Order: sequence, then C-alpha cells, then structure tokens
Amino acid sequence: MKKATLILDDGTRMEGESFGYDGNVAGEVVFNTAMTGYPESLTDPSYAGQLMTLTYPLVGNYGVPSTDDEEGGIAKFMESDRIYASGIIVGDYSEQFSHWNAKESLSDWLKREKVPGITGIDTRYLTQILREHGVMTGKIIVEGTGLEPEPIDYNSINYVDEVSTKEVKTYGAGEDKKKVVLVDCGAKNNILRCLLNRGVEVTVVPWNYDFNGMQFDGLFISNGPGNPEQCVAAVENIRKFISNPDETRPLMGICMGNQLLAKAAGAGIYKLKYGHRSHNQPVRMEGTNRCFITSQNHGFAVDPSTLSEGWEPYFTNMNDGSNEGIRHKSKPWYSSQFHPEASGGPVDTEFLFDDFVNLLG
Amino acid sequence: MNNDETIKKVLVLGSGALKIGEAGEFDYSGSQALKALREEGIETVLINPNIATVQTSEGVADHIYFLPVTPDFVEKVIARERPQGIMLAFGGQTALNCGVELFHKGVLDKYNLKVLGTPVQSIIDTEDREIFVDKLNEIDVKTIDSVACDNKEDALKAAEQLGYPVILRAAYALGGLGSGFCDNSEQLVKLAEKAFSFSPQVLVEKSLKGWKEVEYEVVRDSFDNCITVCNMENFDPLGIHTGESIVVAPSQTLSNSEYHKLRELSIRIARHIGIVGECNVQFALCPDSEDYRVIEVNARLSRSSALASKATGYPLAFVAAKLGLGYGLFDLKNSVTKTTTAFFEPALDYCVCKIPRWDLGKFHGVNRELESSMKSVGEVMAIGRTFEEAIQKGLRMIGQGMHGFVENKELEIEDIDGALHAPTDKRIFVIEKAFDNGYTVDQIHDLTKIDRWFLEKLKGIHETARELKNAGGLEALPSKLLRKAKKQGFSDFQVARAIGMENEMDIEKACLKVRDRRKALGIVPCVKQIDTLAGEFPAATNYLYLTYGGNHNDIAYEHDHKSVVVLGSGAYRIGSSVEFDWCGVQALETIRKEGYRSVMVNYNPETVSTDYDICDRLYFDELTFERVLDIIDLETPHGVVVSTGGQIPNNLALKLDEQGVNLLGTSAQSIDNAEDREKFSAMLGRIGVDQPEWSALTSMDDINKFVEKVGFPVLVRPSYVLSGAAMNVCYDREQLETFLKLAANVSKRHPVVVSQFLEHAKEVEMDAVAQNGEIIAYAISEHVEFAGVHSGDATIQFPPQKLYVETARRIKKISKKIAKQLNISGPFNIQFLARDNDIKVIECNLRASRSFPFVSKVLKINFIELATRIMLGLPVSKPDKSVFDLDYVGVKASQFSFNRLQKADPKLGVDMVSTGEVGCLGEDARAALLTSMLSVGQRVPKKRVLLSTGNGKQKADMLAAAKLLRQKGYELYATDGTSRHLTENGIENTRVYWPDEEGTPKAVDMLDNHEIDFVVNVPRNHSAKEVTNGYRIRRTAIDRNIPLITNARLASAFIKAFCTLNPDDIEIKSWQEF
Repeated sequence: MKKATLILDDGTRMEGESFGYDGNVAGEVVFNTAMTGYPESLTDPSYAGQLMTLTYPLVGNYGVPSTDDEEGGIAKFMESDRIYASGIIVGDYSEQFSHWNAKESLSDWLKREKVPGITGIDTRYLTQILREHGVMTGKIIVEGTGLEPEPIDYNSINYVDEVSTKEVKTYGAGEDKKKVVLVDCGAKNNILRCLLNRGVEVTVVPWNYDFNGMQFDGLFISNGPGNPEQCVAAVENIRKFISNPDETRPLMGICMGNQLLAKAAGAGIYKLKYGHRSHNQPVRMEGTNRCFITSQNHGFAVDPSTLSEGWEPYFTNMNDGSNEGIRHKSKPWYSSQFHPEASGGPVDTEFLFDDFVNLLG
Repeated sequence: MNNDETIKKVLVLGSGALKIGEAGEFDYSGSQALKALREEGIETVLINPNIATVQTSEGVADHIYFLPVTPDFVEKVIARERPQGIMLAFGGQTALNCGVELFHKGVLDKYNLKVLGTPVQSIIDTEDREIFVDKLNEIDVKTIDSVACDNKEDALKAAEQLGYPVILRAAYALGGLGSGFCDNSEQLVKLAEKAFSFSPQVLVEKSLKGWKEVEYEVVRDSFDNCITVCNMENFDPLGIHTGESIVVAPSQTLSNSEYHKLRELSIRIARHIGIVGECNVQFALCPDSEDYRVIEVNARLSRSSALASKATGYPLAFVAAKLGLGYGLFDLKNSVTKTTTAFFEPALDYCVCKIPRWDLGKFHGVNRELESSMKSVGEVMAIGRTFEEAIQKGLRMIGQGMHGFVENKELEIEDIDGALHAPTDKRIFVIEKAFDNGYTVDQIHDLTKIDRWFLEKLKGIHETARELKNAGGLEALPSKLLRKAKKQGFSDFQVARAIGMENEMDIEKACLKVRDRRKALGIVPCVKQIDTLAGEFPAATNYLYLTYGGNHNDIAYEHDHKSVVVLGSGAYRIGSSVEFDWCGVQALETIRKEGYRSVMVNYNPETVSTDYDICDRLYFDELTFERVLDIIDLETPHGVVVSTGGQIPNNLALKLDEQGVNLLGTSAQSIDNAEDREKFSAMLGRIGVDQPEWSALTSMDDINKFVEKVGFPVLVRPSYVLSGAAMNVCYDREQLETFLKLAANVSKRHPVVVSQFLEHAKEVEMDAVAQNGEIIAYAISEHVEFAGVHSGDATIQFPPQKLYVETARRIKKISKKIAKQLNISGPFNIQFLARDNDIKVIECNLRASRSFPFVSKVLKINFIELATRIMLGLPVSKPDKSVFDLDYVGVKASQFSFNRLQKADPKLGVDMVSTGEVGCLGEDARAALLTSMLSVGQRVPKKRVLLSTGNGKQKADMLAAAKLLRQKGYELYATDGTSRHLTENGIENTRVYWPDEEGTPKAVDMLDNHEIDFVVNVPRNHSAKEVTNGYRIRRTAIDRNIPLITNARLASAFIKAFCTLNPDDIEIKSWQEF
C-alpha cells in the first residue's frame, strides 16, 4: 500500500496508507459514527463533495455486494448508481472480507470507481478536531500520484445539480395506483423502494423541475448534498405548491427536503458546526413522549424560531435541541431532517412513509 | 417526573453465591439498581447472602439481609419490612425464579407489592418455551422449530419435515443424556433408539449448528420507547453456549441490513412481551442468507447486559432501575456525557472482545468439550482499535499463562482436526497450532464454522509473528514492523520471544530491552476514552483504555502526583473472585475520600470496580507488567496499591519495585520474603515459629527419603503439572508414585514440593491489618472442616467457636512476630494448623485475603479502609472493639457448581473447587451455619438420608449426627461398612448396595428414583474400587439435584443444626440489627 496523507485546512497532517484509488482529492471532511453501512453511505448522493471519516475503526469486514444487481430498475444493494463521497478515511481497513453477499472488496470497489481511501488514521482524534473546529475542507494526497487536487469551496457549489437526475422517469407504473412525484435532489434508492413497496407509482423529476403542472396525488422532496441555499429553483416550486390556498395533496420531505420545505415556508437555515452523521440520533416527536432513534446525514439545519405562521416543529433532536422536522398545522405536509428510509441505519421511523401513503387516500 | 410517589421502600433480590452461570455480573447490576433507588430517596432493602459483594456493603442498601433468596425467607423479610415495590431483574435467574414463585404463591398480592420493571407475566412468557413460541408467532418472529415425538417413526417423520441436520433431545433426561446431532436418517434411527431408552419422549429440533450467534440488549420504557444498546457477535458459532464463546462487540461480520433486521426484531419482541427495563435477545443468523431464528429472550439483566454496559459505557442496570420506577428514557441523561439523553444508542469507536475463563483443570474427570451448557467460571473484556489488539489482550487477560494468540508454550495436540471440530477450552490455541501446521483459513473454517473474517485476522497475527522471527534481531527490527506488531496487540514479551531474544538473555530483561527500543522509536500506546458517542460530543469521561491504534491521548495529565493506582484482581476464577472486587472498591473509596485521585486498573466486566463511577479514572486494561508500567508512565502517580487485588498484583510487586515504582504499604522485599518458600521458612526458623516440614525435591530418591523422615500422608505440589489437579495428598507409596508418574514431571528444572500433612488438625485463619509491623486490627476465624479441605472450600466460623483460648493466644503471638519481622503496613493473612495447642504456620500472604469482606462485615470494621489509610500514611487508631463484644456468629459457606460440570467428581480436597460463597449471621453458630448452608442450595431433608461415611474415624465423627437423625424420625440408608457400623451402635438403618455389588436396593437406583433427600458421602481416598463406587453415588446425587455433603465434620454440623433448629425459627434480622 502506498503512503497517503490527510491534510486539513488548518494545517493538521495525518499519515496513513492508501487502500482505494491512488489519486489525490479535496473535499469537506466530515465524520460519521455509524458502525455498519459503508456501501450505503458511500453511494448516498448526500455525501457528494465530502471526505467521509468513519469513527468505527474496522471497515471493509463484509466486503461490498454486487453493484450491478437491479430490482425494478433500481440497484438492489446500493443507494444510487455510484460512489458519491469524494473519499473515505478509516482507522483499520480490513483487507480480507467475508460475507455471503459480497462480490468484491471495498478496496477494489474504490479503485474501480476511482475514489481514494486512506487507512491507519487516528479517526477518533480527527473527529475531535472536527468537533472542536467545525467541519473544514481537506485533502487526501497519495504518495507519487502527481498533482495537488483542486481546492474546493464546498458551500458555494450546487451539488444538488450535480447529482440530480436529468430526466423524468416513472417507476412502478400502474393504472389504479396513486401517483407520487419525487423531486430528486440526490435521492437515495431506499426512498424509492419505501414508496414502491407501499404500492404507489413514483415519477422522479429533476431537482429544479416544475412539477406544479403535473397530475399527481402526493409530492415527495428527497434528500440531497450541499448547501440548501443553492437550490433556489426547487424552493420556488415548492413555494408555489404550498401557497395555493386550495392545495390539499400530501407532501413529505426528507433531509434536504426538510430544509427546502422550511425555506419555502419562509424559515431560515444555518450550518451546524459539524453536522449529524450517524445511526444513533435521538429525536422526539413534539408534544409527545414518543422518541425514535434515527439515521442522519446532514450539515445544515432549520431554525425553527423562524417558521412562519401555520407551521410548527414536528421532531426535535434530543441531544442538541436542533430541529428534526416540521409540519403544517392543518394541511398534510410534513418533513423530517432524519432519514426514515434508513439504509443504513435504524428503521424505527419508516412509519412516516405509511402515514404519507395513507394520506394519499 | 413520572416517579410513582407511592413507592417509598423497595426490596431488591440478589443472586446469592457466585456459581457457574450466575456470577459477579449481578453484584454489578444490583449495586447499580440500589444506586438508582437511593438517588430517588427511596429506602432500600436487599436480600443477598453473598457477604463478599459490594452491594452488601455499608451505604449501598439501607437494610441488608444475609439470607437465602428463596420464597420462604423472602416472604418473611417482606412481612417484616413491608416495602411497596420489589425488583426481580437484578439478581439473575435466582431472583427471577424466586419472584415468579412469590407471584404464584400470592405473596406479592398479599402484601400489595408492586413489581417494578418487567411484569411477572412477561417473565413467565419468556421462560415457558411453549408460551414463548406462541407469543413470537403472534408477531411473525421465527423461533427454532421443534417437534415432540413418542416413537422412532414419528421422530423420522419430524426430521424429514424439518430437514437434516437435526438435533435429537431426550426430554426429561439430565445432562444431555441421549442427545446429539443427526445428519441423516441412519444416524437418527441409531440415536433415537438410544434416546428412547432414557426417555419416553424425544424432541426433534432443526439443527442450526454453524449459524452465527448474535445478541441484542434492548431497553424499553413504559412509554414504549425502545433502544438497543449494543449488539454482540459470537466468535464461536451456534452450538456453544454464549457464556462459553468468545464474543465481540459490535458485530463484525454483519452487513447493515442484517444488523438492522435483527435490531428491529429485537425491538418488536421487547414491545410485544412488554419489557419495562432491559432484556436480551439471542439470535441464530444463517451464514449464507438473512434467515434467522430467535434462540431465547432473557427478561432481566444478564451476563450479556453487564458486558454490554462495560463495552459501551451505557449503564444498563442503572437505567433499567429508573425505568422500573416509571421514568421515560427521555427523562434520563447519558451518564457519560451528562448533557445528552439516555435515549440513544451508543456508537463505539473501538472493538471489544470477551473471552471466557475456564478452570476445568481443577476437576477430576470433567468433560472438557464446550457445549450448549456453561462451564466457564469467569470472563475478561479487552478493548482495542483493531480486532487483533483486542483478542491478543484478552488472551493474556484470562491469566492462564498465555501471552496472546502466538508465542505461547507449545501446545501438544495429537489430532488437530478433531480438536478443531470438537472444541474445548483450548480451541483458540488449536487454531494457532493449525496455522503453524500449514492449515488454510478455509480448512479451519470447514472444521470450526468460525467466520473466515475472524480466522483471517488471526492468520494475520500468525504471519506477523513469522515476520518478526525473520527480522534478524532487535536492532535490525524495522520500526514499521514493530509498530504493526504492537497495533496487532503483541506484547513486548511476544516480540522478544518471536525475535529469539530468549536464547541470549533472561526473558524479563529482553522484554525491558524491547520496551526501551520501542520507546526510543516513539512507539508508545495512547489513551482513549469510552464516551458512548464516538467523539461526537465532548465527554468528561474517566473510562479509559490504552491502544496502539492511534497517536493522540484523550486525557491531559496533571502530573501532580495525586493519583493513587489500585491494581484489580482480573478474571474471576476459582480462588479469586468477588471478594477482591470488594477489597478494590473499598480501597478506591478510601483513596477518594482522602483527597487523592483514585485510579483503577482492571479488565473484568463482571465487577463493580470496573464501573467508571467508582473511581476518578478507570483503565479497563491489562494487569501485565508492561501495561501497568505504561499506565504509570502516563499517570506518574503518588503510589500504587498491590495488596487488594489478590495474587495478580501481588506477583507484580517485585518487578514494579525494581523499576522504581512507589508501592504503597508493605515493601516488595517483604512480599518476596513471604512468597518465597525458602526465605519464608528461614525467617520462621529465625523467630522460632513452627511449620509443617517440607522440601523441594528433584528426584524420586530424594522424595522417598523425605517421606521416610516425615511419614505419610504427604502433600505433593509439582511445579510443572502435566494433567489434573496441581496438588494432591498421598497416603501411601503407591499413591505417591502413581500421582507423580501421571501428573508431574520431576526434574532439576521442575522440583516437587513435598510437605508433611497433618490429619485431624484444625485450620485457623488470621486476617489482619498492620502498620509499620504492629497489628492494628485482626480477626481469627476457624474452619469447620479439618485441614485437608482447601481454605477456599472450607466452612468458616467467626468468631471461632471451638478454639482453645491458649491456641488463640499463641496464634496472636506468632502473628505479631511475623508482622514485625516483615514490617507489614497493610492487609495480610496467615493460615495456621492447630492440633491440641501445637500451632504451625502453613502460609502467609501480605495482601488482603478471600475472607476480608467476611470478617470486616461480621466485625463491622472495614479492614480495607483501615489498611488503605495506613498505606496512604494517614494516622489510624486501633478499633476499640474485639470479638468478645460480638453476641452473634458469622458462618461462611462455599458454593459448588458441580451440576454444571458434567462428569466431574464432586469431592473436596487440597485444591479449591468452589465457585463462590455466602456468609450469614446468626444468634449462635447453629443458626448461622443452617442459614448459610440453606443459602448455598442445601435443603433440610424430608424423610430419607443416605450415608456412606468413609473410614473409621470419620464414621465415628458421624455417629452422633446419625443418632440425631433417627431421633427426628429420618429413615437412614447406608452402604456396607457404614450400615454395619450404625447397626453395631444400635442405630436402625437399611443397607443399600454399591454400584458394583449384587443386591437391592442399590444406592444409585434410589437416587435415580428420587427416593433419597440428602446424601452424605465421605470419600475414603483409598482403593480404586471405592473411588469408582463413591464417585457414582456422588455424581448421581449431583445429576439428580439431591443435596450432597462429602465432609464428615460439615455433615455433622449441618445435621445437628437442622435437627435442633427449625429453619422457620431462624430469626429474621438485618445486618444492621445484629
């Protein structure tokens, strides 16, 4: 394995070894405390532009399942068509893997998809640096691979535009089925699976597509990467939908979808110091004793104090009090900052999909 | 708050004596529950006869009863204390079963007692197999299919239907008689024929041998909020009891989808059953798909939950107790971060490895194969940032002379394939042996079904050892390779041995050279916190471990020399368990109270001393010389306490002293003078104190000469043991020769220590604390059994009841002399033999002994607190209380676990075999003895007693007791000699026949038919015939769950106690009231 170095913008250098693609890359360095689910995380489009640090040190143990297997036009085991994270940073990459469903090693997959990976890093220390300093950009430099990577300005790039579909496509088509429009800001496949499994037809549209003229029974806004301020067109389209006083069709949003819905409803968004990326985030449903463990991956949050008339917080994070979802006081419109579709992570909040489909009538 | 205001007083049931399957973990969970209750201002009542526990200490519970955890006694305490609530989940199966019985008897209703936590009905739902399966079917959760069959044809049909392989279990048969695996119909027919000879019914069960075993710890509050605190994966596949398996946390080979599928099922189950508090769900997971089965659910705190608490930092028992009081998880805080909520699931950024500790070598005839029942007596938990680091640490921690996965003493295995296929306690080392013999991972996987991922990791360790071997010596060793080895958990010892340094120098010197070299290269471990959230939130946690998987310390050290490091006692094993945990905790509390920073080093997940609340800093790490020095390098402490953790820290004293470490209390030199047999003897000679004659001998000739001088019997202690027990008493030449030939290797390098063995001598213990050679406090206690029964197995009474005043005076005098000579400052223990008024010293330990908690609690003087103050150099005054002030008696009795150890001979000898103990108080010796015997599972017999009482002297000892039994109307059954002896003395009895005798009734048949309620069988030590006959009776009694006593003096005392005192008349008094 080649020597590799992780260099943070504050000058911190950490030596390790390259176990992925031998190339250099820059990105926003974030940490994720989940203990399983690296194939799901790597293919989650929300990680676009980021170098993902895994705090659980042993990575690669169960290899990588087939990236080609499909079911109903969707990759069977992955959250999208490719790896979206720019790089991966781990403590102790496991060169040998063992699993009945594995087709290749994590290393081979990273190489195939030209994504750098670095192992041998004190990821706990790195996490502490990010926690204290806040997220920052950094780069992975693999020895003997030439050019410095282009520096990036994470917040000013429209990652959603990079990852969103370019065409309108329908899944699970059926005459008698309820029709859902899914605005793809970088949707994970499991959102699609969760909807299709509940017997609805889903039409996926690009992030900036104006769906207001379409025939549908419910609207769904997906997760996505980067800074929500970049998604002006999407916010405009959602605003159009919710400002129609006669509009009663249900709407649900996830993650970026929560932020875009909040913006459309007039609320402000801010960047968290180091985000929530894990499978163990506790949230409480407002006004109840119902609590849920959720899967999360976000760096921005909704400021609930800025919510406009008619809206209220739906869920709140029990650790830091940040907003975890909003809902309309009278209309069937709600969203969550966390990922009820999980994959990876706990499936405790999948009932939000049941609610949505039930609301379709 | 949701706290139920009507609850003012709560009864907590403990688990009693430590036994296989139910050990120290319940001291930890009970202590946590009591802490949670006290925090709420609730008055607490605890019933637990285990006097050595932390939970039965002053200040932990308000009212402590050293009584058996049985419905009768518990009801009496309830009637007396009138609590409003009861907690059943913190005292293992003992407390749970007792709770269910109280429920069925209507006691809970009668006293309007509310069960706090999981309701009794839910407990019953998980305990009754049929209800359990139905319950899980209701929520579409799969359990292991099993069909009950009454004949061979049905069994065949069932097997076809389930699909081979299947397991056949004979219903109602003990010890797995007639059970086994069948791969095809041919095997099934064969086995079914055998099984139906034992039992009218056979269960055919789908075999999941080779499936992965995975567990989840689930917490649920009364608002239906659920979390899983931890999942754990067994290294050993299904078929080996989880208590016998190496276990890792979190799971290593499960994908996200598998992990969360099982997690969701666990929560679904906890909700459906209605758990309030904590439960554990065990799964079998198919290694080739996502298919699964639920194995079982434990609706209480368990060994796994204690492990999960330690593995994650999430205090499961504490939280479960709060939930039992009606709190929601959202009401509680994460006790590590103190700012975030208790409703969360810990994220680990390290890997944890639990390894069981067995002591099978101590048991004659025991079956060493690991199976679906538990035999291990303790466990360790190792933490690392690689799997290799964790498992190598763990293999050192189990303390059986192993240095990790590699570089151990050569293991002699004839049939590697067989040893891999049918695992024993040595299996992991057989894997190493297999690698050494060129086996591939696939071959080993086929034989063991251990997941290839684990095997690949082990192979990596093996390969690194090879690289080290080829490195060409310490100087030439590349820094990169050394760092890799350390990251993989190699100790300096392993490195030194691998690179062949042993050939050139003493291994200890070599280890220090490796240490110097790597420190010069900057290869040192760093200290990391266990913070429950993988660094996501700042945590002021003091829960620490050391690792080479990182380069940054989480702790900023003060270097103010205010730390005092206490070395713990390691894995529970026969001879060292909860009593040293109590000692360690008392030392920590005193250190803290006196304004020092208390620092603990220990690695036993079952203990209270490894609860991070108990000290200012906890290093959950090894107690090796290397690691202790690493910690001392970091802490730069004021000093180190080596005298409260049993033998492990005691053995480190001299080496630490040589490195300039400040040992608090008695000097290392004095410790060595007491430990070294020659030096100790010389000293005793100097001060005119007698001891049994002994000699270290290196040839058979010398041994014979020595024996001629002192006469038989002799106690023989080989320094190198081949098989079986390490020590033995030999009564004649033939026995001596057989023993030495079979068990030991006598040579210049391996001398044998032979000592004179005194029969019919009393054994007396002196537990004391001294300051600068002057005794400050002491306790003299007396064994009920004569010498020859290990002090750890003996029944001990304190204050002594039958000791001459003169004997006591002499013992005091000798102890004073020894304390002065060794200039003792701290705790110590001396064992004496007394016959008439002739006193001999057997052994002296300059550390706390097993009986310290017992005498401290009976006397109500905390010996360890006193000793710790002395070690800290603080003034102490002699307590103004003596044993003459006590108007009550304490009796400590031993708990045996022979029922778990198939085929082991349940007799006592010079090697210790008990797994735990209790200590009970009484108005007189009789009451205390009866209570303590009932606490270790003895029962007052109903009607029939079987006696076979050994040789002439022992028979005579028993005569009065036999007479008493008759007077009380018991029917006596006796074997040949005993029967004659009884008849000669006019005691009516029925003769029964030995297994190899013609005639009926046969003793063994009567036991099989449960026609006997109590067995006294005193082994005679002699002929092979007697040994086999006696063995069969003893073993059958154990297998049929019939109380057995094998010592004449103890049997007499017990019989006298229950014949003259009705258990109903035992006065119910709390410790505080004595």
